[in-house]
Amino acid sequence: MANAVKKKPVGKAVTFGLLSTILYYFLITKQDLYMPYFSKGEIYSLLIIGTAFIFSYVHGNFTDYFWKVLGIEPKKKREGR
Amino acid sequence: MQDVAAQVSQFVDLQLWHVIYLVFVGFVGGLVSGFIGSGGAFVLTPSMMSMGVPGIIAVASNMCHKFPKALVGAIKRAKFGHVDVKLGIIMGLSAEAGVFVGASVQQYVKQTLGDAGSSLYVSTALIIVLATVGTYVLLDAFKSMKLDRIGKAKEAEEEKPTRIALALRKIHIPGTMIYFKSINDRISFLITVPLGFATGFLAATIAVGGFIGVPSMIYLLGVPSLIASGTELVIAFLMGTIGTFKYAWHGFVDIRLAMLILLGSLFGVQLGAIGTTYVKGYMIKFVMGVIMLIILVSRATVVPVYLAQLGWIPALSPQMVSLLKNVSFGINLLALFVAAFIIFKNLIKGIYEEKHYRAHELAYKEGKIKG
Repeated sequence: MANAVKKKPVGKAVTFGLLSTILYYFLITKQDLYMPYFSKGEIYSLLIIGTAFIFSYVHGNFTDYFWKVLGIEPKKKREGR
Repeated sequence: MQDVAAQVSQFVDLQLWHVIYLVFVGFVGGLVSGFIGSGGAFVLTPSMMSMGVPGIIAVASNMCHKFPKALVGAIKRAKFGHVDVKLGIIMGLSAEAGVFVGASVQQYVKQTLGDAGSSLYVSTALIIVLATVGTYVLLDAFKSMKLDRIGKAKEAEEEKPTRIALALRKIHIPGTMIYFKSINDRISFLITVPLGFATGFLAATIAVGGFIGVPSMIYLLGVPSLIASGTELVIAFLMGTIGTFKYAWHGFVDIRLAMLILLGSLFGVQLGAIGTTYVKGYMIKFVMGVIMLIILVSRATVVPVYLAQLGWIPALSPQMVSLLKNVSFGINLLALFVAAFIIFKNLIKGIYEEKHYRAHELAYKEGKIKG
């Protein structure tokens, strides 16, 4: 019975959720700090690409675990079904 | 550098309702793209412009949310076996070359015909492409749905390659053949590269690349719908990254807008991707066909505006112009929400059935242990 019910990744969801909140907190509150660099263009464009990758990793993991915790999971593959 | 500084000063002050709206539309757009491989740009870009964001910054910021979203979606869909990475990379890079040429042609058209002429050219191309491809895709989906309804579920699920796809696979050009797992066959890259190029070229013209990329993979290469829509996410990732870099180089990306859209869209893309595991391939075609035909109506609504600007029909009053533009935007929004509704409906139905089935499975196992 214990094996049949999969444990929900609550800890991971909370960790990535917190990290994601921190990222978005800085995005909203520290605009004056980073915007001058992020809008400079040329080689500074790497900052934009890098930021997008960081957000996609952190927030991507959070959203993945979020739905898992809520029990919204993909269909299990079964033989003959 | 001065033009960059001028653009930066045009970055809008974010209001709370901007944030809420972007996150919400991002979520719905993400849901649709997790499911069919693309979607959302046709609502997000004009939405940002209505907030006072200059057109180029809206396009650039949308693109900057697209590639991380596509990456997360592609990784998720790959877990379900819906991604042919090799095909995605070849199609994506050749499509980028197509975009490069398409954008130059676009520039030439703009210089020759002016803004209204260029908009008319884009609308005409969009209407022709959406009408033909959208109708074909939708009719094909209806055909499979009918088979499913009369109890021929296996035939409905089975996606046989089209005659064109089979003919293209028969062309053997030594030294150029590449094996693709999605079709379990070899096909010359001298076929896939021009195909990718053509989709990129069209995408640069009509700005909705996925609506060309996915059907061309399905009907011209014979890739099953679920894999075609998953692979489209790889294409979107590649094209989005290169595109973002180009825009960011000139300082056009507003990272705040992009990341706020991403906030909602990653929730959506995960859900949309999960949704694909509960449906048969024809549902991808159905959702895609429905969106294409609704957007077609939206675009047709604004054609009189361009015709009047060109002087081909009597001038329209400013109120009329604004009304037509608002109606067109409303129809775009409708397209996105209709698609989201279909996906949600399938997702909820699928999850309900799955839970039911799992409960039965568990009860059966427990019964066996006790027995």
